[in-house]
Amino acid sequence: MVKFDNVHQMEAYRASVIAAQATVKTWIHVCAGTGCLANGSRAVFEALKQALAAHPETSVAFTKCNTTGCHGFCQHGPLVVIEPAGIFYQKVKPKDAAEIVETILAGTGVVKRLLYRDPNSKQQISYHRDIPFYQKQHRNALRNIGKIDPFSLDDALAVGAYRALGKVLTSTSPTAVIDEITKSGLRGCGGGGFPTGKKWRSCVSVESDVRYLICNGDEGDPGAFMDRSIMEGDPHSVLEGMIIGAYAIGARQGYIYVRAEYPLAVKHLQNAIEQARERGLLGKCILGTDFEFDIQINLGGGAFVCGESSALMRSLEGKVGEPRAKYVRSVIKGLHDQPTVLNNVETWANVPLIIDKGAEWFSAMGTPTSKGSKVFSLVGKVKNTGLVEVPMGTTLREIIFEIGGGILKNRQFKAVQTGGPSGGCLPESELDLPVDFDSLTAVGSMMGSGGMIVMDSRTCMVDVARYFTKFLVEESCGKCVPCREGLRQLLAILDGITKGTGTLDDLAKIERLSETIRLGSLCALGTTATNPVESTIRYFRDEYLSHIEQKQCPAGVCTALTTFTITEACTGCGACVKVCPTTCIQGESKKIHRISQEQCIKCGACFETCPYDAIRIN
Amino acid sequence: MAEHIEQFEWVHEIIQRYPRQEQSLIMVLQEINKRCNYLPIPALKIVAQELAVPDSKVFSVATFYKAFSLTPRGRTVIRVCLGTACHIRGGPNIVNEFSRLLNLAPGKTSDDGQFTLETVNCVGACAMAPLVVVGDKYYGNVATSQVKDLLKGGNNGEV
Repeated sequence: MVKFDNVHQMEAYRASVIAAQATVKTWIHVCAGTGCLANGSRAVFEALKQALAAHPETSVAFTKCNTTGCHGFCQHGPLVVIEPAGIFYQKVKPKDAAEIVETILAGTGVVKRLLYRDPNSKQQISYHRDIPFYQKQHRNALRNIGKIDPFSLDDALAVGAYRALGKVLTSTSPTAVIDEITKSGLRGCGGGGFPTGKKWRSCVSVESDVRYLICNGDEGDPGAFMDRSIMEGDPHSVLEGMIIGAYAIGARQGYIYVRAEYPLAVKHLQNAIEQARERGLLGKCILGTDFEFDIQINLGGGAFVCGESSALMRSLEGKVGEPRAKYVRSVIKGLHDQPTVLNNVETWANVPLIIDKGAEWFSAMGTPTSKGSKVFSLVGKVKNTGLVEVPMGTTLREIIFEIGGGILKNRQFKAVQTGGPSGGCLPESELDLPVDFDSLTAVGSMMGSGGMIVMDSRTCMVDVARYFTKFLVEESCGKCVPCREGLRQLLAILDGITKGTGTLDDLAKIERLSETIRLGSLCALGTTATNPVESTIRYFRDEYLSHIEQKQCPAGVCTALTTFTITEACTGCGACVKVCPTTCIQGESKKIHRISQEQCIKCGACFETCPYDAIRIN
Repeated sequence: MAEHIEQFEWVHEIIQRYPRQEQSLIMVLQEINKRCNYLPIPALKIVAQELAVPDSKVFSVATFYKAFSLTPRGRTVIRVCLGTACHIRGGPNIVNEFSRLLNLAPGKTSDDGQFTLETVNCVGACAMAPLVVVGDKYYGNVATSQVKDLLKGGNNGEV
C-alpha cells in the first residue's frame, strides 16, 4: 500500500474508491457484531457468498457481499441488509441465502418470511428506514456502522473517513480545533459529562514536552455496549478522532485501553491501526506534514474500577488499578505524571464529525446544557432491544415506548435503570424526563455511559439493588474503607431482606450507611455506589416493605420468599413440563398439573412459558 | 509445587517482546495467562526478576485483575454473563443450573480439569440476554432447560 504524501493524494484516492464503488449495483451487508455472530451470522455470510458464486453472471463487481459492524438490532439477528434499496432481513439462516440472491438477481420482490414484523402493529416492514426502531434515531456516532466493512479502509474512506483530519492538518491551527470542539458543546460520553473542549484546553495550558492521549474503551458498565459496537463497527472513526485530538493538544503517543472481554473490538482496532500506519495516517509525517502520532492498544484486566480515569492510567503503567485523589487533575499530571487527555470511545468518534460538519451543526441538536446526540443501549424487558442513538433531550418514554416498542409480553412497566452501577432506577412517574447529563442526576440517577435497562413486574427492585451492591463489593478496589467495608455491610443487610430476615430498622441503617459511603470515598465508584439502593428505596419503598413485613417478593425473584403454584386455569397442556429443568412438575395430559415444592428450584421457567397464566407467584 | 523453573524458558521469550520496565507487566501477564490459562508461580518469579519489579508487586497485580488466575483453569471455561440485562432476564438461574449439573461453585474448576464455571460482569451482547460463553462461543437467549445441552457439546444452543 502506498503512503499518502499529502491531503490531495488521499482525496484523489478517495475519489477513485468512490468511483469504483459506484459500479456496484447491490450491496449485501451481513451484520457481524458480537450479537449476530452468536446467532450464526458467519455461516449466513459464507452461504450468501456461495450463492453469489453460483451465479457468475452477477460478477463480484455488480453485487458485493460484506460483513459489517453491529446494526444495533441484535435481538433479531442475524441481520442482512440489501442496499441501496434498504431491504431489511432478520433472523436469516444459511438456507435462506439462495433465495435472497435470486430475488436480488430478479431485480424485484423481497423474501417475505424474513421481513421484520412490528410487534405492535403486526405489519411486515420491508425497508430499514420504515422500522420504528430505526426511524426515530439520529445516528451520528453510529453513522457508518452497518454500512461499511470494518476491515476495509477503502470502505471507511468512501464514507468520508479522515476528511476531517485532512481539513485540520491543512487549514486549522491546534487552537482553532480546540475552539471548534468547545463551541460544539461536546461533553464526555462515558458518563462524566465533562466538556471536552475545556479538558483539551487545560491540558494544553500546562507547560510540557510530552503529552499523552488516551481512549477509554474499558466499557465496564453492565448493560452498556455502545463502545464495543463503535470499536468493532467503525474503528477508523475512533482513530481519526484521536489523531485530531493529538494534533490539537500536541501529543505524540496515544493509547486505547480495551476490555479483555471484547476480543473482536481489539482485533478490528489492531487491523485499523495497521492500515492507518501503512497509509501514513499514523506514525511520523502524517499526510506529509511534520505532525507525528502513534497509537498502542492495551488490554484491560477485567477490573470495573479501571474505567475510572486515574485507575486506568495506573493500569496502563502496569500497576494495580487504584484511583488516586484528584487534587491535581490528570490533564495536568496523568499518565507517567505527564499532562494527559482521556476521552471515551463515543466521544472520540464524535470529534471528526464535528470538525467535518461544524460546531453549529452539532450544537443545534440537544438541550441547552447537553449538545448533540447520545447512544443508549436499550435492553432488558423491552420489545426492541439494541443500540439506539437519539438527540439529547429525548424523553425516556419516547425511547422505551416508541423506539423500544414497549414492554415484553405487554406487561406492566416498573422501572428503568440508567447509569450502570452508579445510576438509579426510575419509576413510571419520571418517564417524561428529557434524558441529558443533568436531568437524571436531579432525580437520583444519572445518564452515565448510556445503559438503559428496562424492568417489568417480574423484576424485584430489592434484588436489583442487591445485584448492583454485590457487583460493587466485588469491584471496589479496596483503597477507601467506607467503600470497601460499607458496601459489604450494605450487601449483608440487603441479603437479609431478600432472604426474609430484614427488619424495618434496616431501611434507616441503609440510609445512614449510604451517606457515609458517599462522603468517604475518593472516586466515583464509591461516591455513587449507593445510588441503586437509595433510588429503589425512594421510589419502590413498598417492595422493600413487602419483603420485610409480609416476607413476600411480589416479583417472584427472591427464591427464599417465593413459591410457584399452579391454579385452576391450568389446561394441562404440558408446556411447563418441557421447560422445567428439574422435572418437578407432574400431571396427566389435559388435567391440572402440580409443582413439587421440594424439588422446585424456583427458576420461574414455568411462569414465563405458561400460555394460560396459570402459574401463581407466592 | 511440581512446576520447575526450567519448564518456563518460554517466559523469557514473551518478556523479550516488551520493553523491560514495569509498564509491560500487565501485558506480559496477559500473554502468560493466555498460554497457560492461569499464572504459574515460577513464571511470575521470572517476570519479577526480568522486569525488576518486586515479587509482592507482581503478586498484587496478578491478584487484583479478574482476568488472571493463580490456579489452573479447566479445558473448557464456561462464563455465564451476569450483566444487568442478563441478571434480570434470568442469568442467576443459568449459573445455578450449571452449578447444580456440574456440582461446581462459580469460580471453581472440576476435579477432572474439564470445566471451570465463571461469571462475568457483561460481555456486551445485552440484547441477547441471558448469555453464556463456552470457550470462545457465545450463546444468547439461553433457557435453564438448555443448560444440559450446552454441557453436552454445546451445539443445541442458538448458534
